[in-house]
Amino acid sequence: MSPEVAAVLGRSQRETFGRTMSELADENPNVLVLDADLANSTKADIFAAAHPDRFLQMGIAEQNMVGVAAGLATQGFIPVVTTFACFAVYRALDQVRVLVAQPHLNVKVAGAYSGLLTGFTGKTHQAIDDLSVMRSMPGMVVIAPADEAETRAALRAAIEYEGPVYLRLTRDPGPLLFAGEETFEIGRARWLRHGADVTIFSTGQETTRVLDAAGILEGRGIRAAVVHVPTIKPLDAELIRRAARATRRIVSAEEHSVIGGLGAAVAEALGEAGGLPHLRLGIQDTWGESASNDDLLERHGLSVERLVESVEGFVDGSAAQANNRE
Amino acid sequence: MTGTDVVSAAHSEPDVAGLQGIARRVRRLVISSVAHAGAGHIGGPLSAADLLVALYFRVLNIRPDEPAWPGRDRFIMSKGHSAIGQYAAMALRGYFPVAELDTFDQLDSRLQGHPDMTLLPGIDMSTGSLGMGLSAGIGIALGARLRGTAEHTYVLLGDGECQEGQVWEAAFVAARYGLDNMTAIIDANELQQYGWAGAAIETRQPPWGPDALARQWNAFGWTVHEADGHDFVDIERALGDARCARGAPAVVIARTIKGKGVSFMEGRFDWHARIPTAPELAAALEELDVA
Repeated sequence: MSPEVAAVLGRSQRETFGRTMSELADENPNVLVLDADLANSTKADIFAAAHPDRFLQMGIAEQNMVGVAAGLATQGFIPVVTTFACFAVYRALDQVRVLVAQPHLNVKVAGAYSGLLTGFTGKTHQAIDDLSVMRSMPGMVVIAPADEAETRAALRAAIEYEGPVYLRLTRDPGPLLFAGEETFEIGRARWLRHGADVTIFSTGQETTRVLDAAGILEGRGIRAAVVHVPTIKPLDAELIRRAARATRRIVSAEEHSVIGGLGAAVAEALGEAGGLPHLRLGIQDTWGESASNDDLLERHGLSVERLVESVEGFVDGSAAQANNRE
Repeated sequence: MTGTDVVSAAHSEPDVAGLQGIARRVRRLVISSVAHAGAGHIGGPLSAADLLVALYFRVLNIRPDEPAWPGRDRFIMSKGHSAIGQYAAMALRGYFPVAELDTFDQLDSRLQGHPDMTLLPGIDMSTGSLGMGLSAGIGIALGARLRGTAEHTYVLLGDGECQEGQVWEAAFVAARYGLDNMTAIIDANELQQYGWAGAAIETRQPPWGPDALARQWNAFGWTVHEADGHDFVDIERALGDARCARGAPAVVIARTIKGKGVSFMEGRFDWHARIPTAPELAAALEELDVA
């Protein structure tokens, strides 16, 4: 499979969240959504309109919200807590740890507005190491979908799965990559594009930009494979190792810190298997800022152009190094 | 510890003298278990012992031989470091053999330093990080309301614990939803691990001024009941009043003494988590002798 980036723009992940949760609640009477006063941003308001009796306003108090969700889960409900990713992960971290992850309760944490692209809100609202924090918790499933279709399918899979799940969702619309796909298998990475020179691993919406970059790189004589890793935990280490071995050099790209996220997870999986030259693209251990999406992606090396430039430099550099060794 | 401490699983509600005897056994088991483990807390479990005995032997609608019975009242030990007090009460009530208290805090034990619902049937919520239990209690109470079921949810907090901000997030939301199917109980022993300096180095001031907690819970929209936390008649009266509250959640502020039952532990903050020496253990057990 080698999907070119679709020209069609999909719905935003947040709107998809509101619509899909409403559908899932139609099917399953145990589904509830808890809000910390951001429903008109996170689009939980779509759910609130469809299921007013199963929408629980918790006010501007995320720690309590997570605890209430834990209690509801013990009663057989499937509570989905929604707020910005920064508040879910940082403000309510101890509650997620002690009341959700440690007792392995069936609570879903939907972190909206994750990553850098949060609508000019700046570093306080940019969750750039949420993958790192969440994947370090035993038993936590961590998912970062790429587009509307995958968000929809991942939400369904998260509700069907029994146990705690963190969903990393984004604010703004992006290309539709997986139109028509209905299923999402937790823990499965996807080889989206084959190429002999380098393998790029990416997650979340960054994958749409990585696919664009791979197309441009091909025109410049670099054949880049692309592996999309929508489940950060459990990691599809087997496919990651297989893809990495096929090209012997790898890049990871994510709208997240280079510390602790996908790049780190890939490095851990490969390090245990001997290690490979690895360029980690992401936020380079620094804070974000308020700016337009384009400016932020450019600044942090995650725009299509900067991805192309970095991968090209990496492939040429490591090719030169390999030649020197020979 | 001996098997003779077991109270028959065929439960007939004890009278006040019976409850006092059970509470003395709970206190003995708390102190001997902590001494045996070389770890754990004493002051808080002793202040809460009478509350726990009243709950497990008189108030809670539970089936120890069917701990997951869906219709049971729920109990959350929000002050999770007092777990050994809960374990002792549960063992005497028939949830598990009293001899298992010897495993407290040991490798592979179901009796963790803080209550763990994944290990011990009968624990309705894992706790340990202070300030969280009330929120989980709200979830259970909201769930009962959504399902239309009649179980009541009890959450036991410390007065020191009420310094955690999450308690007041929860207090606001419970009142906002008018959750009259839950009761918070404050074990108000007026001491905490280190606390607020008193006149002398070994003394401490209470964290809250007189009536401050009552005024605060009341200001957050809760119905406030007060009780002597070592008087079984008064505890049961207050919990009964609280359960009858309509339209608002209720809190029982139980005035207690940290380390209650052992003269040299009472009112001493340093017995929060101290391990008794052999002579201290012997002296404490002698004071609590039920033989």
